[in-house]
Amino acid sequence: MWSFSKIANLIHEWLNQTFNPTLATIIEMVIVGIAVIGLFAVLGLVLVIMERKVSAWIQIRLGPNRVGPKGMLQSLADTLKLLVKEAMTPSGSDKFLFNLAPYIAMMVAMLLMAPIAFASNFQMWDLNIGVLYVSAVSSISVISILIAGWASNNKYSLMGAMRSGAQIVSYELSAGLSILAVVVLTGSLNINDIIQSQANGWWIFKGHIPAIIAFIVFITAVTAETNRAPFDLAEAESELTAGFHTEYSGMKFALFFLAEYVNVFIVCAIGATLFLGGWMPFHVGNWQGFNHVMDYIPGSVWFFGKTFFLIFVIMWFRWTFPRLRIDQLLNLEWKYLLPISMFNILLVTAMAILGWHF
Amino acid sequence: MFLVKYIKEVFGAIKSLLVGMRRTLYYFTHHKEIITQQYPDNRETLKLPDRFKGEVVMPHDANNEHRCTGCTACELACPNGTIKVVTKFDITPEGKKKKAIDKLVYHLELCTMCNLCVIACPSDAIVMDQTFEHSVFNRAELTKVLNKPGSKIMDGVE
Repeated sequence: MWSFSKIANLIHEWLNQTFNPTLATIIEMVIVGIAVIGLFAVLGLVLVIMERKVSAWIQIRLGPNRVGPKGMLQSLADTLKLLVKEAMTPSGSDKFLFNLAPYIAMMVAMLLMAPIAFASNFQMWDLNIGVLYVSAVSSISVISILIAGWASNNKYSLMGAMRSGAQIVSYELSAGLSILAVVVLTGSLNINDIIQSQANGWWIFKGHIPAIIAFIVFITAVTAETNRAPFDLAEAESELTAGFHTEYSGMKFALFFLAEYVNVFIVCAIGATLFLGGWMPFHVGNWQGFNHVMDYIPGSVWFFGKTFFLIFVIMWFRWTFPRLRIDQLLNLEWKYLLPISMFNILLVTAMAILGWHF
Repeated sequence: MFLVKYIKEVFGAIKSLLVGMRRTLYYFTHHKEIITQQYPDNRETLKLPDRFKGEVVMPHDANNEHRCTGCTACELACPNGTIKVVTKFDITPEGKKKKAIDKLVYHLELCTMCNLCVIACPSDAIVMDQTFEHSVFNRAELTKVLNKPGSKIMDGVE
């Protein structure tokens, strides 16, 4: 059957036959880099038009409908506009840091792509601490926001950056604890092991109520971590004009914008991997016939389907819920999500030890 | 006791969020609810809400008769001097003098479509129309005389 891993293997074998192993590895790295950049560009275009259409339909509007068939080329036109705009650097800013910040934001998003398994045996880097790597690298993104806010030399930017710092640092905790719930159940930090452990059912079904609680906490925490409404205090259009990227324009702004959407994709991919089985098809226990039918749908379709479902859920949150104030935001984390996820991890540990899950 | 309240709060919060999400999912899946009007394209079939207020007009019937008595209630009600009522005195068949309007001058460029004149009118002589394409090249065209030339008051309207 056609699959990503077969294509990857074919390219790998051909390169190794044609060139010596060192050169082949370098060429493979270049191919992977180009593929990641291409995926970024496509994701940026697709997610922006998806966001605009979802928001429009939720708010009983039509949304973009002029550029291309049913407005589907709108984000392409917007990107073209951003490309030709002048990327200004304000004279009062710290120029080096100001220009560095968007690249850090992009770099973090690119690094986070590494351990994600897009299909079976189709992964950039199968490292044995994949989950730890993701939670460690994702916390660097706050540095890019802090740098952007500080270097802009603008009170709105600085305020947005400081809010974002408080927000991301606190929500990392409950996101980490809810990820830990799945790690406890699986007994491994390797993303492939986690996916393989869901061959007889996804963790959200196998893990009973604690897994569902962990999933809800996770999806709330990652919404906050990616600075999206209802937790968009770092941008806070209504109070801080645009928060940390007030002073950014043109392509530098576009990089922040792209990084936000790619981060949304990545956290949804992680959520899909941990709770919904990644590329693993929908399997139910020992129903061999049913499982076999489900295997006919390729893994990549399952992976992207689940990821885009989670992205839709996060967009749904954004256009439904009212925004939180900064004190309410921190209350939610420290008084509700953190105690709940701490208690939850106790439950999950007991469940894993006593073997109550399927 | 504290714990019960805490858990109740959490469940109440989740429940109310789910109610909101259900509503927005309904709108997301029911595209017939969309209220956007694609204006220049659907000019012929454009359907405005009933209470949309475009400009003040004075309806006339088939005999070129209106209901305005010239009481100047609309002029007094108008907050920014949009309406000027110019009155005259008609001679009735019995030989009495009777107040009537000569011209009801309406300055569209001053009007804020607040509807206060329509509310003030005791004889329902003026109403709000739904036209809204008001742009003209000459400002003088915005000053309108609402009663048609040669029109007179309807019988029975005092």
